[in-house]
Amino acid sequence: MTRYIIRRLIVSIPVLFAIVLFTFAVVHALPGGPFSTVGEKAMPEHIRLIMERRYGLDQPLYIQFWNYLKMLASGDLGPMMRMPSQTVNDIVYQTWPVSIQLGSLAVILAFAIGIPAGILAALKRNTWIDYTATFTAVLGVSINNIVLGPLLILIFGVWLKVLPIAFWGAEPPWILGFLPKPTWNFWTHAVLPVVTLGTAMSASIARLTRASLLEVMMSDYIRTARAKGLKERAVIIRHALKNSLIPVATILGPLLAGVLTGTFVVEQIFALNGMGRQFLMSIEQREYFLLSSLTLIYSIMLVLGNLMVDIMYAWLDPRIRFD
Amino acid sequence: MAAESASIEELAQAFEPMKGKPRSPMGDAVREFQRNKLAVGSLIFILIVGILALFAPVFTPYGFNVQNTAYSRAKPMTPYVITTDKYELCHWKGTPLDFGCTVFILGADGLGRDLLSRVIYGARVSLLVAIIGSSVSLIIGTFYGVISGYFGGKIDEFMMRVVDFLYALPVLVIIIIMTVYFKALARSGATGFAGFLIELDQAMGGLLFMFIAIGALSWLGMARQARGQILAHKKKEYVEAARSIGAGSNRIIFRHLLPNIIGPLLVLESLAIPGYIGLEAFLSFIGLGVNPPTPSWGIMISEGYLGIKSNPHLVLVPGAALTFLTLAFNFMGDGIRDAVDPRIHGR
Repeated sequence: MTRYIIRRLIVSIPVLFAIVLFTFAVVHALPGGPFSTVGEKAMPEHIRLIMERRYGLDQPLYIQFWNYLKMLASGDLGPMMRMPSQTVNDIVYQTWPVSIQLGSLAVILAFAIGIPAGILAALKRNTWIDYTATFTAVLGVSINNIVLGPLLILIFGVWLKVLPIAFWGAEPPWILGFLPKPTWNFWTHAVLPVVTLGTAMSASIARLTRASLLEVMMSDYIRTARAKGLKERAVIIRHALKNSLIPVATILGPLLAGVLTGTFVVEQIFALNGMGRQFLMSIEQREYFLLSSLTLIYSIMLVLGNLMVDIMYAWLDPRIRFD
Repeated sequence: MAAESASIEELAQAFEPMKGKPRSPMGDAVREFQRNKLAVGSLIFILIVGILALFAPVFTPYGFNVQNTAYSRAKPMTPYVITTDKYELCHWKGTPLDFGCTVFILGADGLGRDLLSRVIYGARVSLLVAIIGSSVSLIIGTFYGVISGYFGGKIDEFMMRVVDFLYALPVLVIIIIMTVYFKALARSGATGFAGFLIELDQAMGGLLFMFIAIGALSWLGMARQARGQILAHKKKEYVEAARSIGAGSNRIIFRHLLPNIIGPLLVLESLAIPGYIGLEAFLSFIGLGVNPPTPSWGIMISEGYLGIKSNPHLVLVPGAALTFLTLAFNFMGDGIRDAVDPRIHGR
């Protein structure tokens, strides 16, 4: 197992390298640079040259790339070129935890609602409970974040006036580097963004759980379990549930991608100072270092996430063995 | 089953109605699909939206870019008082349908553009993305997977490594960076082939580059599925038989394998369509999709959501359109899957 994990991590290094190289190349190929404008006006030529020299942008691209790699190796994600009072590390420290908090709360919500709803729908198959749950789930999958966010703002923020509609309720310093102080302020601010992000996820988890449990309930070993006289309750809890959750674990991979898409939109809609918003901003402003570093962080998260999913398979399904 | 006690005559009688009309899997699937009211309704809805979008100039009261700032952010059902000079803007002029030209049925946006017209034109973008996104993914993915699975060995090994590698990329981040690159390219005024592409993209309102960005990585899942299907089929007797009578690879792939594997792939692709629609809306929402003034529901929502307090209709109208179309594609995809998947037949 440990060997498998280590091998996977080693294999992913070239992938990460290629991603950084690709991002670096594309970003530098974009017309315009971080210093082509000051506000609305064009930056004077001589100042632009000085600024570019200061950050080594006048050197050949491969040297810049090599320097960037050296920086990364020493744990420095690079300078902020248009905001010299901060570094990329500062920005990441401020914004990454916000995205992590938002994303993980949404995932928790998604599982907490999706799995019970799916199980209930499957056990009460073809009753009104099933129909309601199934229909709600399709609706939940179909409603886009960019629609749900404004809709929730309209209902709970504008009409009912019960929840705040913008900003994240927690700030650095973080507990342990990424946890928020669990104040009332934090939770009220978290409700709308988390629900926006979590709805589609919980809906797809519910659909998957239902389909998977239905399939498991038709399998031979469930018939055997019933035939030997087990109570229906024991059949479901001891035999059906665990196996029916294996396909649900497969969704974790796409889910990670979904959280990523979601945070871009949700942070935009609710004006949260998260990493997704920084990412979009960094493209606009050609913050080369910020953009490359954020892409790298996203890629690392994805690689680790996929690894986690594979490990979870093995835990859920002992037939899967790593060699 | 009553089969044990049934005599041969009875059995023959039981199968009597089936005589003369052989049941194909395709026919079964179609029948099963037709029994699913929700799916059929969704299909009809999609067709109606498709017709509206295709003949948008006929069905819309105004052009999507006809501005009338006097009616900026008009509420739904605002009467539009026609004066002689404004009359020109109304291109149903002289038809009996003049009424449509006197009211903003769904209101107007910040520039006084009729929301109904823009929503209908916006359906074009969403449906185009649905069609082109899924075709690109299906064609490239099937082609790639079939080659990989059919020829096997070193080729397969290499091609699947490539897919594995691309799978590890944060797809969305790559798509965003690509669209930004294309957008910047379009502004730079390149010449030659790039210039040709840029002109084409401008003519399509920014759609071309978005298709390239979406299509570039969308075929990965399809390639894996197609390969899996080929692996499952290529050792079967009918392929063996075809080969033994001297059929070449081309013939075996196109005449024998493809017709047999295309069904599951089509089902998979139909389930992916809502994803493409959502992706387009997302890209347009963050300002990387189609170019204004081409109406896209994503752009309309992004233009409207900051003023949601005073003008909720600017978000609700395109939002409802987006939700209903996605919903319809989801119901239809589910219907197709249920109809084709033999395991859930007859429940």
